[in-house]
Amino acid sequence: MLLPAVVFILLFSYFPLYGVIIAFQKYNPTTSFSSTWIGFQNFATVFLLPGFTRAVVNTMFISFMKIVAGIVFPVMFALLLNEISIMWLKRSIQTLIYLPHFISWIILGGVFKEILSTDGGIVNTVLSRVGIRPVFFLGEKGVFPYTLLFTHVWKEFGYGTIVYLAALTNIDPGLYEAGMIDGAGRWRLTWHITLPGILSIITLMTVLSIGSVMNAGFDQVFNLYNTAVYETGDIIDTFVYRMGIEQAQYSTASAVGLFKSGVTAVLMILSYYLADRAAGYRVF
Amino acid sequence: MKKISVSRRFFLAGAYAILVIAALLCVLPFINLLAISFSDKTAVAAGRVTFLPIQTTTASYRYLISDHQFLRSFGTSLLRVIIGVSVQLLIMLPAAFSLSHSKDQLFGRSFYAVYFVITMIVSGGMIPSYLVVAKLGLIGSFWSMILPMAVPVYNMIILMNFMRSLPKELEEAAMIDGATPMKTLISVVIPISKAGIATVMLFCIISHWNSWFDGMIYLDSVSQYPLQSYLYAQLRSIDRMMREMETNYEALAKLVNMRTTRAAMMFIGALPMLIVYPFLQKYFTKGLVLGSVKG
Repeated sequence: MLLPAVVFILLFSYFPLYGVIIAFQKYNPTTSFSSTWIGFQNFATVFLLPGFTRAVVNTMFISFMKIVAGIVFPVMFALLLNEISIMWLKRSIQTLIYLPHFISWIILGGVFKEILSTDGGIVNTVLSRVGIRPVFFLGEKGVFPYTLLFTHVWKEFGYGTIVYLAALTNIDPGLYEAGMIDGAGRWRLTWHITLPGILSIITLMTVLSIGSVMNAGFDQVFNLYNTAVYETGDIIDTFVYRMGIEQAQYSTASAVGLFKSGVTAVLMILSYYLADRAAGYRVF
Repeated sequence: MKKISVSRRFFLAGAYAILVIAALLCVLPFINLLAISFSDKTAVAAGRVTFLPIQTTTASYRYLISDHQFLRSFGTSLLRVIIGVSVQLLIMLPAAFSLSHSKDQLFGRSFYAVYFVITMIVSGGMIPSYLVVAKLGLIGSFWSMILPMAVPVYNMIILMNFMRSLPKELEEAAMIDGATPMKTLISVVIPISKAGIATVMLFCIISHWNSWFDGMIYLDSVSQYPLQSYLYAQLRSIDRMMREMETNYEALAKLVNMRTTRAAMMFIGALPMLIVYPFLQKYFTKGLVLGSVKG
């Protein structure tokens, strides 16, 4: 009963893994997997490209901001939602804040280009009414990484909130009763019972997110960026795309891909190890 | 009766305000989009449209219906979701069922665990994956969007965990009655796994409907594109027009028309998800928590 799954994984996950050997070859499209072996030459070429270093730095900067915001906002919103006692309101808010998670970046890219545009976009229209000059959210290289951060938080914070909210409901109500009997106020209850109660989940989610340091969000960046913001917005995945798919430099693009994949693998193994140690988390 | 202190009232008012504002921020862009799609193009160009249509018209939707490629791509996407998700379930259900057994019941379980988890940790990346699909002769084929996605490992693990939490006695009873594993899966395990299957199905439907990159790089022509890839191509061409706008008045005129149409296109592209999601939401919260936070 496992056979079909095993076969498909072999074909579409393990064959590409074997395929990364082209990163060590001078790729020849006619013979494909049996091209000339050139060792690490592709890596040497790629590492010297200015665009490469830039992409690595941008990737790490953007994903680091996303990881931090991806913990702070969901925890905050879960704590606030937990205070709400009107059930229908709580449920409607939840429904609305998860919503953006389900929409593709193709559509969201279009939406943001529309609402952030400098001629007639609703955000700049509102800003100009309060006397702020229009901001080139998508075209100014100093602003672009933060636009990425905000739009990412907007899309994903509701989704992250679910996990923490579930953890909050698992806290033993007896602890709160005991705390109140001892005369603790709301803030002390939050600080001494609620936060420690979800600390293990926060640790777990933080640790697991280490694995995504090299993923700054291809779909998002690809649908929002343009040549004006390459300097701060080009990430490893978009770099690989332009080099590999647009310019058909398969070998060098695979070398970059392999570099990314290698770093990611190390980080993920490390994060799974830490997650197991810190929270007893096992994937399987 | 419990009395609520003044500071507590202020706090609650603040909390409600923040939450309601955040919830509104999550839907307002879509409402803005909807308003634009139903507005007159000149009002849109003048930046007068916020959350209500101005000079309401269905022109952009009438235009979309006349766009054959839009309709064809919509159909391709629907077909892709139906076939793609069926293939995923057909492969995942038996596999998750096998893996939900302990080491003693499934020979080589540790091996399979490693075999599947490795693919979540390392991947060949964009280019080698593309070359494998090309080698298999799938370029330009509908199946290039179905087969590479056939085994979503993360979803399979969610299903496996769900099946593990079911009472073992039912399955044992079926086995004693002489049912084969496949028979047990179909008539015992699947009927009691509906919540888990619904969650995973939702994830699968979303990922198939929202995929655009595979269609764009694996398919030869726009006529084969699923909706999201087609939207991508359309939005790109609008961007190009925007760049030429300053010098080219013809492009400017076209663009004014395109803006409302683009909004309509994006809204229709998001609509199926907006419809499907609330129905499956109650399962989905349970399933997500089950998959991501387990002891």
